[in-house]
Amino acid sequence: MAHVRLRNITKTFGSHTALEDLDLEIADGEFFVLLGPTGAGKTTTLRLVAGLEKPTAGTVEIGGIDVGGWSAAERDVALVLQQYSLYPRYTVRQNLEFPLKSNIRRLPQAEIDQRVAKAAKTLRIEHLLDRKVDRLSGGEMQRVSIGRAIVRSPRIFLMDEPLSNLDAKLREALRSELKDLQMQLGATFLFVTHDQIEAMSMGDKVGVLNNGRLAQVGTPHEIYHHPRDTYVASFVGSPAMNLLAADLLGDRLRIPSGAIEFPIGAALRARFGRTSGPLTLGIRAEDVHLDPDGMIDARVWGVENHGVEKIVTLKAGDCLFKATMPATTPTDIDAPMRLSFDQSKLHLFDAETGLNLSQEGRELQAAE
Amino acid sequence: MAAVRSRGQLVANRAAIAAVLVITLVFLAPIYWIGSTAFKPRALATTVPPTVFFAPEITPFIKLFTKRVQLTKPVDEATYNAAPWWEQRILDNGERVLRTGENVQLSAYPSRFMNSLIIAITSTVLAVGMGTFTAYGFSRFRVKGEQDLLFFILSTRMLPPVVVAIPMFLMYRAVGMTDTHIGLIILYTAFNLSFSVWLMKGFMDEIPKEYEEAALVDGYTRMQAFFKIVLPEAATGIAATAVFCFITAWNEYAFALIMTNRRAQTAPPFIPSQLGSGVIDWTVIAAGTFLFLLPVAIFTFALRGHLLRGVTFGAIRK
Repeated sequence: MAHVRLRNITKTFGSHTALEDLDLEIADGEFFVLLGPTGAGKTTTLRLVAGLEKPTAGTVEIGGIDVGGWSAAERDVALVLQQYSLYPRYTVRQNLEFPLKSNIRRLPQAEIDQRVAKAAKTLRIEHLLDRKVDRLSGGEMQRVSIGRAIVRSPRIFLMDEPLSNLDAKLREALRSELKDLQMQLGATFLFVTHDQIEAMSMGDKVGVLNNGRLAQVGTPHEIYHHPRDTYVASFVGSPAMNLLAADLLGDRLRIPSGAIEFPIGAALRARFGRTSGPLTLGIRAEDVHLDPDGMIDARVWGVENHGVEKIVTLKAGDCLFKATMPATTPTDIDAPMRLSFDQSKLHLFDAETGLNLSQEGRELQAAE
Repeated sequence: MAAVRSRGQLVANRAAIAAVLVITLVFLAPIYWIGSTAFKPRALATTVPPTVFFAPEITPFIKLFTKRVQLTKPVDEATYNAAPWWEQRILDNGERVLRTGENVQLSAYPSRFMNSLIIAITSTVLAVGMGTFTAYGFSRFRVKGEQDLLFFILSTRMLPPVVVAIPMFLMYRAVGMTDTHIGLIILYTAFNLSFSVWLMKGFMDEIPKEYEEAALVDGYTRMQAFFKIVLPEAATGIAATAVFCFITAWNEYAFALIMTNRRAQTAPPFIPSQLGSGVIDWTVIAAGTFLFLLPVAIFTFALRGHLLRGVTFGAIRK
């Protein structure tokens, strides 16, 4: 078990900058999820911690010690990958034994057997032990991969999209299994994914990466309810947060594309720390409601049925936005609807920097 | 596999089989000719049209391995009967086997054959070994000027080797490496190395680097990961490369002819050199050639499983 700290990490590959001035701290025993789209630098971060890459600048600390000069073998971390993580010519048992038989560990066979048996039991793969790994299903393979990590009791578990290649049902099952496993082991996990559902459901802390920079770090709740900028707001959540260009006119807010204008309360204004100017308004689909007295006049543009609920795309003027409604709501295409939203659920972002103004407001208040 | 569905496909299938059969026969014809000539009585070796049915004999092989002289007068019956069976075959042909004291004098063929084996095997091992390491380096590490270096390695194949034969010969003579095993081994290794590097690079690139990285994280050194994980995965490529390198080294004629004449001479220049001495005995030449074909055939046959590139790289799920 260990605490991980990345300080001012920059990593370039030729002329491409994968990571820029990244600072990251993972507490001992924490399930930390790095979330971001392909190419955001998630895997690079993980490889830097594993010791498979060297940072161009900055330091990696594990357990408070700078491990810059340590090889991957010496760092005592375990790695689970999306694929290719099992040795193809070996049986499941040989795969599980492999890390225990390395020269730096030299465990007696009795202990190896005991640890393999324990890991196999934890992951319910005992019946597969003597099977060749090319005769395993995808879910079984990932279980064995995880098994190969836990036999070692490493200081950190590094997981690079371990569930991405599995089908939806299995992914769901393994998701909760992994989370249970982490709690049971009390281990430090660094889990990389592009799937926000995985991030939200498993992470104690989530770090959102955008183009080699850390956009926000926080609990899943903070990330979802207090996105630091429009990037996080649009990346996290399904459907993505509605982001609309708007103008703040003193005590009124106007959305020009939808010809929507409404007064805003003093409480809301206080949160933003500014009184006028262009900005980006954000509202989650679940915070937009049907309301006969609502100030938004829109027509149904498209419907996506999700079982209990449906996500309805609406058009007001030239402005498209989404709302979540119960599946029983009639939503014929082009049907007129009146809607409203709870003002306390509004997010306002700076039109240029994309930064959340309530953050700015909070900082202003703090400064005062 | 899909079953043959229609009549048209059935006909097409049959036609393909027939075509393959014809092509195979065309390619096997010279080998059959060599093989059959090696077992023919000398009188039948050069008949036109070729004799197909004959009583095979082993005499050409006995001649191949022994030193002989023409008999000036027929041997008497007692001497004939006292001779071992194989020597009687020689006496039947009006020749006798030379001896030093009691020992039969062997012809040069076995030693030339051994030279071929030593030189081909050693140079193959060296070329494939170095090629595998080089290819691994190119495949896994950021090498400065990688493309240029690879092109440079390839460029050694762009010249017909004979062009450098004379300068090479002069260089070898200056350092006293003509007619030495090590001389030809170095030469053949150099020839094969570029080929080996390029072929192995392709195979190495196909092995996911995640395997070794997993091993590195699991507590192994780069070298251990290479031998435990990469090498077994590369076995197919190594086998294929080895077959090609061995065939090149085994068949090489021009340099062997120029660089060697006795101690380190290989079989290819030796066999035709026997054409010149007196009457041409085609059956002996055929026997020498036939035996010369065997090692390559056996080697290729033994590795045939690896040559078929249908082998998947294990537990891959894409």
